[in-house]
Amino acid sequence: MFTANQIVDLLQELAFTHVVTIPDSTLGQWEDGLKASESIEYVGVCREGEAWAVAVGLELGGATPLVMIQCTGLFESGDSLRNALFDYQRPLFAIVGYRSYLDQSTLPGDTCLKFTEPILEAWGMDCSLYDQADNADEQLKDIATQVLRCRESGVPGVALVAEGRA
Amino acid sequence: MSTTEIGMPLTDSLEVLREMRRDDDVVLTVMGTAREWMAMGQLHPLDWVYVPSSMGQAPSLGLGMALAQPDKQIIVCNGDGCMLMNLGSLVTITAQAPPNYTLILFDNGVYEITGGQPTPATSDTDSQVDYMALAAAAGFHHVFAFDQLEAWQQAARQLVDQPGPTFIHLNIAPVPGAVGPRSPGHAPTRADLFAKALQM
Repeated sequence: MFTANQIVDLLQELAFTHVVTIPDSTLGQWEDGLKASESIEYVGVCREGEAWAVAVGLELGGATPLVMIQCTGLFESGDSLRNALFDYQRPLFAIVGYRSYLDQSTLPGDTCLKFTEPILEAWGMDCSLYDQADNADEQLKDIATQVLRCRESGVPGVALVAEGRA
Repeated sequence: MSTTEIGMPLTDSLEVLREMRRDDDVVLTVMGTAREWMAMGQLHPLDWVYVPSSMGQAPSLGLGMALAQPDKQIIVCNGDGCMLMNLGSLVTITAQAPPNYTLILFDNGVYEITGGQPTPATSDTDSQVDYMALAAAAGFHHVFAFDQLEAWQQAARQLVDQPGPTFIHLNIAPVPGAVGPRSPGHAPTRADLFAKALQM
């Protein structure tokens, strides 16, 4: 839905210092651009639960990290997310890829579509869905607005970005 | 019985850290190490008592601190049960290779605070897992092991000061009947205060 350049420009504009991530087939297309950025450090982790913990350590140390994972990783990382965002109330922001939302042809009946939004609702975070593939510029502006809103309020947030491939 | 046969006492092994700790060292404790660290005396502003925790995430949390604050030494005190929950973190750490990072594994072979059940790595009383080999294979720059308190005491400061990432395995005696740690205060407030100290 977004190009690497669009995402890098957005994250640089928002002054994120680190992207803590595991790629999927959509998020992975942004990897080279993120690694080429002079102002963003790319931190690859081995499992999504780690991403929240690394991000907490960065945030405590004064950095501005972004967690970037697929919704399947969101499912995996529940306990780490709970600890980071609720026990310690750290205001982390995440981009979560919403697998199969735009196209189920690769994984017909993908149960990510059943569980992703209810689970995010259960966590009670500031969450917005970005699914207008033909309106990328406006969607990017909306993500920026959401990030700034979360920062001003000191709360965590999730930009749920629709994906079209498994 | 010697400490070689039963492992070092947990409190004694932590006392080594308290004695050699510098004012700008960050010490991250969790589970049993957190319980004993709190019981040993007043906390330092750069003590991160990771209670409540997400079990397994202490090494990753410390990695974030090390990347954000490269001029401070980050010392992570992890248990073997916690380590087994997040072995991938060994590779995440070495991929970033922060020179200011030391991971100390306090290995007692059991899930101590739940009643002393053996971890999957323990058969009878013997460890079936070579944690030093795991750390070395993952790419830690330095890997050390100690089962005697005196040797640990003599080497600790020097090992922490060398450019890491460094992995240290300590053979520790379980504490029978030990209970879980309790947060020493309101966790979000503690996090805010710690962040201020860490960023100074």
